[in-house]
Amino acid sequence: MTQIHVTTTVNGDEVDFLADPRETLLDCLRDKLGMTGAKEGCGTGDCGACSVTVDGRLVCSCLVLGVEAQGKTIETVEGMAEGEKLHPLQRKFIEHAALQCGICTPGILVAAKALLAQNPDPAEEEVRYWLAGNLCRCTGYDKIIRAVLDAAAEMREGV
Amino acid sequence: MVKVHLWSGLRRFTDGADVVELEAKTVGEMMKALVEAHPGLDPVIKAGVSVSVDGKLIARGLHEQVSDDSEVFLLRQLKGG
Amino acid sequence: MPLDTKTTGFKYIGTRPDRPDGIDKVTGKARYGADAYAPGMLHGVMVRSPHAHARIKKIDATKALALKGVKAVVTRADFPTGLEGEDWNIQENCMAGEVALYDGHAVAAVAATSLLLAREAAKLIEVEYEVLPHVTDVDEAMKPGAPAIRAGAADYSVPEGLHPNVMRYIEYGHGDLEAGFAAADLVMENTYKTEATHQGYIEPHACLAQLGSDGKGEMWVCTQGHWFIRRMSAAVLGIDVANLRVTPSEIGGGFGGKTTVFIEPVALALSRKAGKPVKMVMTRSEVLRATGPTSSSSIDVKMGMKKDGTMTAAKVTMRMQGGAFPMAPIDSALDCAFSCYNIPAVHHEGYDVLANRPKQAAYRAPGSPMAAFATESLVDEMCRALGLDPLKTRLKNASREGTKASFGPTFPRIGLVETLEAAIAHPHYAAPLGTNQGRGVASGYWMNWGGETSVSAALGEDGSVTVSVGTPDIGGSRASMALMAAEALGIPYENVRVNVVDTGSLGVNEPTHGSRATYATGLATIEAVKQISSKLCQRAADKWGIPAEAVIWEDGCAKPSGPNAGEFPPLTIGELAAEMGSTGGPISGHFEATPSGHGGSFGTHIVDVEVDPETGHTSVLRYTVVQDAGKAIHPAYVEGQFQGGAAQGIGWALNEEYIYGADGRLQNTVFLDYRIPVASDLPMIDTVIVEVPNPGHPYGVRGVGETGITPPLPAVANAVHAAAGVRLRSLPMSPPRILAAIKAKG
Ligand code: FES
Ligand code: FES
Repeated sequence: MTQIHVTTTVNGDEVDFLADPRETLLDCLRDKLGMTGAKEGCGTGDCGACSVTVDGRLVCSCLVLGVEAQGKTIETVEGMAEGEKLHPLQRKFIEHAALQCGICTPGILVAAKALLAQNPDPAEEEVRYWLAGNLCRCTGYDKIIRAVLDAAAEMREGV
Repeated sequence: MVKVHLWSGLRRFTDGADVVELEAKTVGEMMKALVEAHPGLDPVIKAGVSVSVDGKLIARGLHEQVSDDSEVFLLRQLKGG
Repeated sequence: MPLDTKTTGFKYIGTRPDRPDGIDKVTGKARYGADAYAPGMLHGVMVRSPHAHARIKKIDATKALALKGVKAVVTRADFPTGLEGEDWNIQENCMAGEVALYDGHAVAAVAATSLLLAREAAKLIEVEYEVLPHVTDVDEAMKPGAPAIRAGAADYSVPEGLHPNVMRYIEYGHGDLEAGFAAADLVMENTYKTEATHQGYIEPHACLAQLGSDGKGEMWVCTQGHWFIRRMSAAVLGIDVANLRVTPSEIGGGFGGKTTVFIEPVALALSRKAGKPVKMVMTRSEVLRATGPTSSSSIDVKMGMKKDGTMTAAKVTMRMQGGAFPMAPIDSALDCAFSCYNIPAVHHEGYDVLANRPKQAAYRAPGSPMAAFATESLVDEMCRALGLDPLKTRLKNASREGTKASFGPTFPRIGLVETLEAAIAHPHYAAPLGTNQGRGVASGYWMNWGGETSVSAALGEDGSVTVSVGTPDIGGSRASMALMAAEALGIPYENVRVNVVDTGSLGVNEPTHGSRATYATGLATIEAVKQISSKLCQRAADKWGIPAEAVIWEDGCAKPSGPNAGEFPPLTIGELAAEMGSTGGPISGHFEATPSGHGGSFGTHIVDVEVDPETGHTSVLRYTVVQDAGKAIHPAYVEGQFQGGAAQGIGWALNEEYIYGADGRLQNTVFLDYRIPVASDLPMIDTVIVEVPNPGHPYGVRGVGETGITPPLPAVANAVHAAAGVRLRSLPMSPPRILAAIKAKG
């Protein structure tokens, strides 16, 4: 099938790639741009391992076509840290042992960051419902929820 | 003589005995002696068993020591996740 | 080996440092199975049977091969013949021979220059089937008239007259059962059933394989154990193990499901045929249809109890289907059934049965959750009938050091009593409950594992240490190994780097399974780094001109000690390391063994639920895990194991199940329908780490990974009964089933 030329911005950098119109944004990020931070856990929008934001909106990149990225702004886990300075969520995830195998971590970090952007002071319940689309099979979520709440508290204090 | 406890399903290979007494200094010698005494146990051992010596679960440690006062059990093969 | 177990006075053990792979994993840099690429790489896709049981009459790949960019198609004809036993089972499961044995069974595979092209080609491979009668339920599979899946394959243990689907039969026990039941004030007997569930790791199986016509190959793969993958792949393909080098990726969960091969030998076969590297990544529906879910089970349990709660006798009969292949985990299930209790008379009977389902694989304490569901539900029913406290009754009968275990041997030092006492004392156990709410408790056991282990440690020129291990790190084990090495050497945690290395770098290591990594790899790590310190003592002794026996290792330094040692300032590891090239050469340590002093771990859980009488929906309100860790090396990751096990057990109890249609096809092949617990389904999971040191480990470690999935099944069932007054003896306790039970009760 004819490939389509797509120009887009990923984590602040303008990039371009050729996409088969059937390919997902997740495939394009991983296979065309070499950005393997977003993971495929299901390919059907059920696990959230592929979470990225498109123009600030949290999406499952396995449900978005690569060609839809044309002219958009994409943020992935690879763009969360500023150089060697980790985002507070990233730091708190390590500190709280909020990852075991870590395959769900990129998606959960992107989703949690999107939550805190619109609600800097979420209750535990709100974090649990916001992250209900991000499956983690290892942790039972306890330490993940604690890490998100702790990062939110720290970010509110503006440390 | 080392006393080896077998599980009761094996009695039909040992003329009804569920404890077999053998001359052995290691788990390997014990297995060999078991099959010599009761050839019917050969397929059992070949299919895979575990051995418990004084409460320690031994998978394939044929070199592990056994003595006359050891508590030895032949157990079903085990595998973890 | 006799060990001098140290249990107190630790400097690093028991602290919670950041894990060494933390930054890689929160920044997206860590490379998992599907994150590898090779120049000229092809993509492999499997063709799978849409039938539960069907003879393969013809496979025609002409149309697929005619597509430009399609480089190879393999079928069973591309694999060697003549394999036996489990090797044959594995080969047959990776690629069907004459008969497809379950929905999703691989029958062919294709490699092409792009994934889209490979998928298109897979659809063009024409397979002609003759559909055969099938059976998927374990009880049905044993009935006369059920289709025989592999007639004549039963082993020595199966008595005559049983259905040919019965592959193995086990029977054992001790004590006088009839006398025991006669002495009881109450005897109860019930049948319990559990459906198959899946480990549900979020990362699908993935590998990147390369195999030359000379039989030499390499593979990158997400696995719990790359030596297992190497051995199985080599056997399936008929090549030498030494010619295959397997490198483990970071692994996105396994829970037992990544201890065997599915796509790996096929990717290697495609690569050999196409002459190029081949990447294969499963889709989620392939993972659910065609990897290794658990067995489903049907269990009869009978128990006798006196009025005061003393257990007098117990009997269990367990039927398990493990798919179309033998080796359902009846052995460990039976061993765990009554392991928590000191019962004078016990009897066990088990049937390993074939059904047209995928070949089961290990899942966290294989068999134990099913056994616990049956036994611990029955114990709860009996405590209710006799008006007894369920935890105190468990304590009264609890196995302890010196108890003759239900499976035969005498228990060494174990920690069940301590977990029960801690649970009784926990504020959760006395907290008030509201309407429609109920509390359940249950205990569980896993025997753990040692297994083949080989570890190397090398001293760097600056005094830092590199440890090479062979057990993939699934839940922070590199941090635990570094802590143990730091403790043993008396150097900072940060000065130890632990790497999980490939099959070419160490002797054989069993996988990260059986809760063995922290125990066995930890023990080997400690012994390996101790060789470094004793070599350093020798170097210091040479330098000081005193005998090596007069030098001790303490706080990362060689120090003179004893009457004839003399006065010398201590030499640090850094000073000694800087000159090692000129004092005798590089220094390293190595340890290999099959340690067997693992020691089992017991746990006791408390759960509160609320059952909505209108919908039958169960909410988990509060959860507490109490478990014996022997010694928690990195307590945060021990807690994580407890919490993760509990969450998986809750999923198994309430939601998860394999649903087969009348056509024998799996109906819920995506996460939307195979629903694992999400964040909003669970409360915080409280943990209590009990530490009854294991004498078989230098620091007292017991494996903790598996036990935690065992108590939730019965604990939740017991809580549902307490909340809604209905006893569910079949899992999962999904809302429709609970609602039906409530309605039936009236
Ligand atoms: S891979 Fe996109 S939601 Fe699972
Ligand atoms: S840490 Fe493994 S899936 Fe979340």
